[in-house]
Amino acid sequence: MNFLIDDAPALVVILPLIVSAIIAFIPSSRWPWIISMITLIGHLFISFELLSMVKKTGVILYEFGNWQPPWGIAFKIDGVNIGLQIIFSIFVLITTFYSRKIFLSEIHPDDTGKTYSLWLLAIGSLNGIILTNDIFNLFVFLEISALSSISLIALGAGMNRRALLAAFNYLIIGAIGATFYVIGVGFAYSMTGTLNMSDLVVQLSQYSSGQLAIFAGMSFMLIGLMVKSAVFPLHLWLPAAYSYAPSAVSTLFAALATKAILYFFVRLIYEVFRIYDHYLVIFLDYVLMPLSVTAIFVGTVIAIYQEDIKKLLAFSSIAQIGYITLAFSLNEQSGITAGFIHIFNHALIKGGLFMAIGYFAIVSQDRVTLSSISGYGQKYPITSFALLICGVSLIGIPLTNGFVSKLYLFQALYFNQMFITIALVAISSALAVIYFWKIIERLWFSTTTVKVAPEDPAIYIPLWIIAISIIVFGIFSAPIIELATMASSDLFGAISN
Amino acid sequence: MQEKISTSPIFNIVSRILFAPIIIFGLYVQFHGDYGPGGGFQAGVIIAAAFILYSMIFGLKNGETLVPVKINRYLMCVGVLLYAGVGLVSLFLNGKYLDYNVLSSDPSGGQHLGIILVELGVGITVATVMIALYHSFASFGDSND
Repeated sequence: MNFLIDDAPALVVILPLIVSAIIAFIPSSRWPWIISMITLIGHLFISFELLSMVKKTGVILYEFGNWQPPWGIAFKIDGVNIGLQIIFSIFVLITTFYSRKIFLSEIHPDDTGKTYSLWLLAIGSLNGIILTNDIFNLFVFLEISALSSISLIALGAGMNRRALLAAFNYLIIGAIGATFYVIGVGFAYSMTGTLNMSDLVVQLSQYSSGQLAIFAGMSFMLIGLMVKSAVFPLHLWLPAAYSYAPSAVSTLFAALATKAILYFFVRLIYEVFRIYDHYLVIFLDYVLMPLSVTAIFVGTVIAIYQEDIKKLLAFSSIAQIGYITLAFSLNEQSGITAGFIHIFNHALIKGGLFMAIGYFAIVSQDRVTLSSISGYGQKYPITSFALLICGVSLIGIPLTNGFVSKLYLFQALYFNQMFITIALVAISSALAVIYFWKIIERLWFSTTTVKVAPEDPAIYIPLWIIAISIIVFGIFSAPIIELATMASSDLFGAISN
Repeated sequence: MQEKISTSPIFNIVSRILFAPIIIFGLYVQFHGDYGPGGGFQAGVIIAAAFILYSMIFGLKNGETLVPVKINRYLMCVGVLLYAGVGLVSLFLNGKYLDYNVLSSDPSGGQHLGIILVELGVGITVATVMIALYHSFASFGDSND
C-alpha cells in the first residue's frame, strides 16, 4: 500500500471526484449516501496521513503527471493549509452524515444519486482549492465548485421556487467574480510567464519596483476572490443562496465554501504579492479593513431585522466573514493567527446553527421564521439546546470556542494599537446578542405550552458532536490554536526566507 | 405537441450525406490530437454536431432512439471515469497521478497511449453532454403545450 501514502495529496482530491462520477446514476435512495460516507471516511484518514507527513517533512509538493512544477500542476501542502484540510475533512463527514434525513425530506428520492454526485463534486473541488499551488488550477476548481454549488442550491426549488432565482443570481455574480480572477491571472501570466505560485514569487521579484500591469492583475485577482468569498459589499449573492438552498447544502457552504476561498485570498496576499509592500498596505488599510468593519456592522444590523431565520444566519455570516478579513487585514502574524482561528471556529458554529434550523425546517415543512419557532425550545429540547450552545458561541461567551476567536482577535488588534476598532468590534458583538436573543426568546419564552415531541437521532447526533466540540475547543483550545499558529508562522516564515 | 419534422427531400438527403463524414472528421480530430491541432474537446463537439443535426432534421423522437437518453447519461460518466482511470492505473504502476510514462515500457509510447485514452474520455463526455444539452433544451417546450 506504499503508493497510497505517496500519492495521498492527489487521492484526497481525486477520491471524491471519481466517486461522484460513479454514484450519479445509482437509482437507490440509500446507497449513494452510504458510498459517500465510506468515501469521506477514507478522505478523513488520508487527511490525517497528510497531517503526520507535514509534521515530519514540513512541506509536501505533489507534481501531477511527474511534470516539474513551473511547467506542470503541483499541489502544495504545508502548515498553512493542513489545518484547514483537517477541519474540512472532519466537517464534511459530519455534514454528510447529517444530510441524509434532510435530503430525504427536501428533494425527490429519485434525485438522491445525482444530489450526492454534486455533493461530492463540491467537496472534491473545494478540497482542490485548499491544496492547489497553481493559480490557474485554482480557477478550474473555483468553476467546478461554483457549478456544483449552483446546482445544489437550485435543488432547494422543491421547497421554495425562489431557490432558482438565488441560484441564477449566484451563477451570474459568481461568473463575474471568476472572470475578474481569470483576467488577473492573464495579466500575471503575460508579465511573468508562470502560473505556479512558488515560481510566481520568484518571477515577480524582477518587477520589484512595481509595474502597472502587475498591479492591475493583482487587483483583478483579489477583487474576483472577494466576490467569491462574499466580502462586503460584494456579498449580494450570499444571503439568498444560503437561505433557499436545502439545509444540508447551506450547512456545508456556510461552514466551508467561503472559508476555502478566504484561505486562498490570504495566501495570495501574503505569499505571492508580499514584495509589493507599499501597495499591499494601501489595499489592506484603505480597502480591506474599512470594508471588514462595515461588513461587521451592516451584516449584524441587517440580521437583527430579519424575520426568516436562515436569512438571519446568512447575514450573520457576512458579519463573521468581516471579522475574518479584519484579522487578515492587520498585515501581521498575530492577525493571521486570529483569522485562521476564526475560520476554524466559525465553521463549527455556523455549521451547527444551520443544522439545527435545518431540522426545524424539515419538521415544519416550511420556512423557519421567528414566529414559527415559538415553543420549539420545549417541543424539541435536544436540538434547541444545541442551537443555544452554537448561538452563545457565536456571540463569544467564555467557555465556548467563539470566545477564543474573539480573544485572539482583540489581542491582535491591541497589539496593533487599534483601539477604535476594538471598541467597534466589542459593540458589534453586543449587537449580535440582539438577533440571537430574538431566537432564544421565541424558542423558550413564548407563552404557548407544547408537549415534547420525539426527535431524530440522525439529526441531533451530528449536531451534538458539533455542540460538544464547540465547548471542548472553548476550554481546551490548544489544537485549534496550534493549527492556526502553524498556518500563520508558515505564511510569514516563507516571506522572511 | 406535434413535433415539426422536415419533409423537404433536400434537407433529408443532405443531412443523410453529411452525417457519416462529420463523424469521420470528428474521429480524425480525436485521434490526430496528439500529432496536430485537435483533441477530445473539439472532436466531442464535432461528433455531437452530427447527432444534433440528425435530431434537428428527423425530429427529437428519432434523435432519442438513435442515442437513447439512458445510455447517453451512462456514457457521460464513462468518459470521466476513463480519464480518472488512466490516472489511477498510473498510480498503481508506481507513477504519479496521470504520469503516462509508466503506462508502457517505452516512456514516449506511454505518453502516446496516455494522452489518447485521456482525450478519448474527454471526447466521450463532451459529445454526450452536448447531445444531452440539446435534447433537454429541445424538449423544454413540450411540458408547456
